[in-house]
Amino acid sequence: MGIEVVVEGLTKSFGSQTVWQDVTLTLPPGEVSVMLGPSGTGKTVFLKSVIGLLKPERGRVMVNGVDMVNSPERDVYEARKLFGLMFQDGALFGSMSLFDNIAFPLREHTKKKESEIRRVVMERMDMVGLLGAEGKLPGEISGGMRKRAGLARALVLDPQIILCDEPDSGLDPVRTAYISQLLIDLNAQLDATMLIVTHNIDIASTVPDNMGMLFRRRLVAFGPREVLLTSQEPVVAQFLGGHRAGPIGMSEEKDEATMALEERHGVTGSSSVPRAIEPQLEPTPGLPVRRAVLRRRERVLGLLDTLPPAARHAIESSFDRTGHVVAGQAAPAGRAGGGPS
Amino acid sequence: MTAPPLDPPLDPAPAPQPAAPPVRRPVPGLGALRETGRLFSLAVTTVGAMFRRPFQVRELIEQFWFIASVTILPAALVSIPFGAVIALQVGSLTQQLGAQSFTGGASVLAIIQQASPLIVALLIAGAGGSAICADLGSRKIREELDAMEVMGVSPVQRLVVPRVLAAMFVAVLLNGLVSVVGTLGGYFFNVIMQHGTPGAYLASFSALAQLPDLYISELKALIFGFIAGIVAAYRGLNPRGGPKGVGDAVNQSVVITFLLLFFVNMVLTGIYLQIVPAKGS
Ligand SMILES: Nc1ncnc2c1ncn2[C@@H]1O[C@H](COP(=O)(O)OP(=O)(O)O)[C@@H](O)[C@H]1O
Ligand SMILES: [Mg+2]
Repeated sequence: MGIEVVVEGLTKSFGSQTVWQDVTLTLPPGEVSVMLGPSGTGKTVFLKSVIGLLKPERGRVMVNGVDMVNSPERDVYEARKLFGLMFQDGALFGSMSLFDNIAFPLREHTKKKESEIRRVVMERMDMVGLLGAEGKLPGEISGGMRKRAGLARALVLDPQIILCDEPDSGLDPVRTAYISQLLIDLNAQLDATMLIVTHNIDIASTVPDNMGMLFRRRLVAFGPREVLLTSQEPVVAQFLGGHRAGPIGMSEEKDEATMALEERHGVTGSSSVPRAIEPQLEPTPGLPVRRAVLRRRERVLGLLDTLPPAARHAIESSFDRTGHVVAGQAAPAGRAGGGPS
Repeated sequence: MTAPPLDPPLDPAPAPQPAAPPVRRPVPGLGALRETGRLFSLAVTTVGAMFRRPFQVRELIEQFWFIASVTILPAALVSIPFGAVIALQVGSLTQQLGAQSFTGGASVLAIIQQASPLIVALLIAGAGGSAICADLGSRKIREELDAMEVMGVSPVQRLVVPRVLAAMFVAVLLNGLVSVVGTLGGYFFNVIMQHGTPGAYLASFSALAQLPDLYISELKALIFGFIAGIVAAYRGLNPRGGPKGVGDAVNQSVVITFLLLFFVNMVLTGIYLQIVPAKGS
């Protein structure tokens, strides 16, 4: 089972520029979470802080008892072996072939024989659809392939926590759909805790169990996917709707004057029409069921009373739809138990 | 283990801005002090990592070969005229003083103790160090070093240690090469051009020079190689702002290394002359 990641009161600045402050959230074990946010809101900085590459000024990130921010470097290095991070640009070693890149963590951290390494690497390359390209150098392949190779490299050590930085950027819609399916399949196979950072609405609406959004130097929201998908919060609605009306402007924030002007000129979103929630992707038939689904159901039922009505509705109806366990039986029990805490 | 739910009142108004921190006027010189501190801390970390397993033998050999291949030929070519210049200068000086018989010893000492380590240092810093700095810098901006750290592999141990060791070893070997070639060059010019006698040249050589002169020469080369490697690695690991930053970093690393090397050379020479008695005194 994946490992829980607890982020508490995290604040990160570069010089006098605060990237975000007081970010508090919990990635539930084994579940898939998505962090949304317009470009430049510090999503990449957040991922790097979680894994301890950047050191926020305040707050902590607890993983398996290690604080990735303040613990001694040796403990942080050890804890990093639990992680797989897929970088935005792949971050492959330019002087090594794809095969050697993907084999790198195995050669560094395991005593596997070369034949065994070959087997694992080929399996992962097959998983991300890169079979046949193992001899190529990173400079010789497309951005999308580099990205998938980066994902394969993040996966070879069977990580408990997988972090993906914009898995979709630079991919066409078809490849993005494949990547979405791949991420869900991975979760079914590995039962790892996953955090995906993206601004792709298709991924956001079909992949995650939980969703959060960074905007204006803070975490606007984090919770079960239905909460954000039904949210009438202007920032969230504008972002998920992908229209111009709302607080997000070209340079991240609009001022009051621009907003008033747009309102007069009739630039409005469709926020009055509630969006239909797309069902979450299922693992490819033949793969094991996602163990996170049941755990999440328990957890969310425990939270249900604290959620806004629209979200509660959406959750209940989704449980009715997908639940083989009838919601009428499971729900009261879950609620009475208060959920796992 | 519950995810905090949406905090209910999501005010659309902009979040209250934290009061801008008062603009602090940087204390002059503090930046340089901080950089120096970081440089030293990298040096300490690198020395520590040299003794940690697994040792990167392959990387060391590759780097050694690379640095040697870009420095050997220029070193040999530079050392011949350098040896000649010193021999001619010392030769004409001793002639004025009426001490021609000591030309050999004096010029060989100058070559082995001063010229050779500095030629080596300039070449290691200029050819080897700049390549190390550019290599690490471009890896840094391509996020390769971050990727390495994320995979639990220390870039210092994996990349910096083999490069610094390679720079040190090459410096020592190169120093031997330059000493020999320079001495031969000096001999040739003294004997052929200034009509010195080969016998006097060699005799004065063994009268003035002693083995510690060679030791200090090699020790200097070793230390210069270390400094050149560390400074190049430090600037490479911390480039500022994109590919342009890497170019600047390479430039700075060479300049900083030169400054440091000449200073360290002065200190080492001073110490050596104090503690090792000159031959015959
Ligand atoms: N190493 C750094 N030094 C200074 N500023 C940085 C650094 N990394 C990121 N930033 C700043 O942090 C902000 C967030 O960047 P990033 O996390 O890359 O955004 P995104 O959400 O698009 O991934 C940007 O304004 C960027 O300029
Ligand atoms: Mg980013």
